Amino acid sequence: MDKNLKKYFPIFVLPTLLAFFIAFVIPFIMGVYLSFCDFTTVTNAKWVGIDNYIKAFTNKEFLNALWFTIRFAVVAVISVNVFGFLLALLLTRGIRGTNVFRTVFFMPNLIGGIVLGYIWQSMINGVLAKYQVTMLMDAKYGFWGLVILMNWQLIGYIMIIYIAGLQNISPDLMEAAKIDGATSWQALIKIKIPMVMPSITICLFLTIANSFKMFDQNLALTAGGPSNKTTMMALDIYNTFYGKVGFEGVGQAKAVVFFVIVAIIGISQVVLSRKKEVES
Amino acid sequence: MKKKLVAAALCMAMTAVTLAGCGEKKGASAAEGSVYYLNFKPEVTDIWEEIAQKYTEETGVKVKVVTAAGGNYESTLKSEIAKSDAPTLFQINGPIGYQSWKDYCADLSDTDFYKALTDPSLAIKGDDGGVYGVPYTIEGYGIIYNDEIMQKYFAMEGAAASSVDEITSFDKLKAVVEDMQSKKDALGIKGVFASTSLLPGEEWRWQTHLANIPVYAEYRDKDVEDLKEIDFTYADNFKNTFDLYLNNSSTEPTMLGSKGVNDSMAEFALGQVAMVQNGNWAWSQIGEVQGNVVKEENIKFMPIYTGLEGEENQGLCIGTENYFSINSQTSEANQKASIDFVNWLINSDTGKDYMTNKLGNVAPFTTFNDEEKPQDPLAKSMLDSMESGKESIPWVFTTFPSQTFKDNFGAALLEYAQGSMEWSDVVNTVKEQWKAEKAAVQE
Repeated sequence: MDKNLKKYFPIFVLPTLLAFFIAFVIPFIMGVYLSFCDFTTVTNAKWVGIDNYIKAFTNKEFLNALWFTIRFAVVAVISVNVFGFLLALLLTRGIRGTNVFRTVFFMPNLIGGIVLGYIWQSMINGVLAKYQVTMLMDAKYGFWGLVILMNWQLIGYIMIIYIAGLQNISPDLMEAAKIDGATSWQALIKIKIPMVMPSITICLFLTIANSFKMFDQNLALTAGGPSNKTTMMALDIYNTFYGKVGFEGVGQAKAVVFFVIVAIIGISQVVLSRKKEVES
Repeated sequence: MKKKLVAAALCMAMTAVTLAGCGEKKGASAAEGSVYYLNFKPEVTDIWEEIAQKYTEETGVKVKVVTAAGGNYESTLKSEIAKSDAPTLFQINGPIGYQSWKDYCADLSDTDFYKALTDPSLAIKGDDGGVYGVPYTIEGYGIIYNDEIMQKYFAMEGAAASSVDEITSFDKLKAVVEDMQSKKDALGIKGVFASTSLLPGEEWRWQTHLANIPVYAEYRDKDVEDLKEIDFTYADNFKNTFDLYLNNSSTEPTMLGSKGVNDSMAEFALGQVAMVQNGNWAWSQIGEVQGNVVKEENIKFMPIYTGLEGEENQGLCIGTENYFSINSQTSEANQKASIDFVNWLINSDTGKDYMTNKLGNVAPFTTFNDEEKPQDPLAKSMLDSMESGKESIPWVFTTFPSQTFKDNFGAALLEYAQGSMEWSDVVNTVKEQWKAEKAAVQE
């Protein structure tokens, strides 16, 4: 059986491999290649070397967007994970209606980003209308608007992952801790958190990647206003690509830089938190 | 054994389905060529599809029409034109659009529809003298007013003017508007001007249309058609009118960041305001608003006055940013089919009927006689203005450097309206962005 499997391995893998190549590897290589080109359409490109990268890095807006994205990511990652974990703790205690609450908290995640953005835009503007201002008055409104939106959308999803992690902790461990006289705080710090470390790794990765790549919510909520002060990296790339004549290559170069940054942050986070995981 | 057979059969079926999907396309692109038009205006999608069907019935040539979602024309075109089945007929928005699509624009100087233009100077010409874009409609914008409210005001005691004809300068307009604003309750309106929509993406009426006037005046002074750097000499004139819009509006200036063009048009249609700056295309928007109270015969245009010298004789801003271009990288047969299609649109009775009555285009071709003009109130008012001997302002905003320039200008206007930016900074933003974006295009 094993031998057979090995023999046919290439055949079984081929369809997926093919799809992976067509849908990922080839576009990716093309994307990197295009970032060194001057082009309007992907089939009509002219090699210009690292020109696009120089333009991307001398572009003030790109660095502003990068800084804004980092600040946003730090706040959003912490708040989403803290709230998600707290909710998960709350909803694994067996209180009545647990399933209903889990569903309710998870639901926002099912709504598309653009719709969410517009809903929150009218809600936040509705509240701010009391003070005769709009969200575009100051970048800080946009910033916190995005944080709230991100939390609202992602907490449910993150919560589900933490719940799965918490339910995996063997009751024996908890009972043993109780017998040994651990307070619930000690049980949380010494047992629950170390035991859900794999979930934390996943959740951190998901929230970091999502915060960096956020696009549709950003576009719908503030569209970068006022004056591009709330433009995040993905939106800045989009604006460069479509908003400036002859800047498609620069947009592409920014996208490659963006990929490298997200990949580095993502991978180092996974490596770091993997080290903290314990065998159960 | 049986199981294996079933599995094999299933596999075969699946492959067959996949392959069938690929096979279908090939037969269509025969030698006679076909037309693929990428439509710019979502509001007339159905009409274009009808036209395509009619044309195929009459001539047997296949016409495919795809519509790009509002504001996404450039991005849709970018992806569509890279396909093997690319649009053969598409649209560019002026000299800047030509810059980005010049590799794809065929020379149209020998086509009948170019020769039929009433004014050949309207077409887009390249550096080599070839013709690369031919306009198919003329549009105009100004201040749309509700005559019913204006008449009510003129009948009041102490009115600053007695008819709209008296308003021929910014000073007069300002006097009338400010007086009307102070009497808004008696007039039953919320403000004279509809909201100055400054939501990102909804600021084009100011950063493009209103800005056209001072930039045109600067071009005229310097006797040029385009500039690498502008001084924005007439910034104060822009500010005059913009301030007038802001201060005499139905909405507080700090709340404008939440308003879109639809909001403004709805306010106008519901009779809450007397004036709104927009173009003849806005008729459909006004007409479609639920609970619309403005009568058709009361909707009229007046020019946008900004306090320029000699503006007594100024008319509406008339021009176009809709140019047909034909894809030079598609087959000869397809190019020819597309040229025939456009010729049919402006020559045959069916085509002309669609152009004027259904699409509402004021077609700038000699093949259209005087009766063949759209009948909606704004188009009529626009044509009246063009024939009145007043001097129309051409659309020079087609030379504005890029969308990014416009977006940043619009964002600065929003900040100015909210009070978080000084006017002098707005002027600087315009100058800097213009220079930077123009430099980027030139490369």
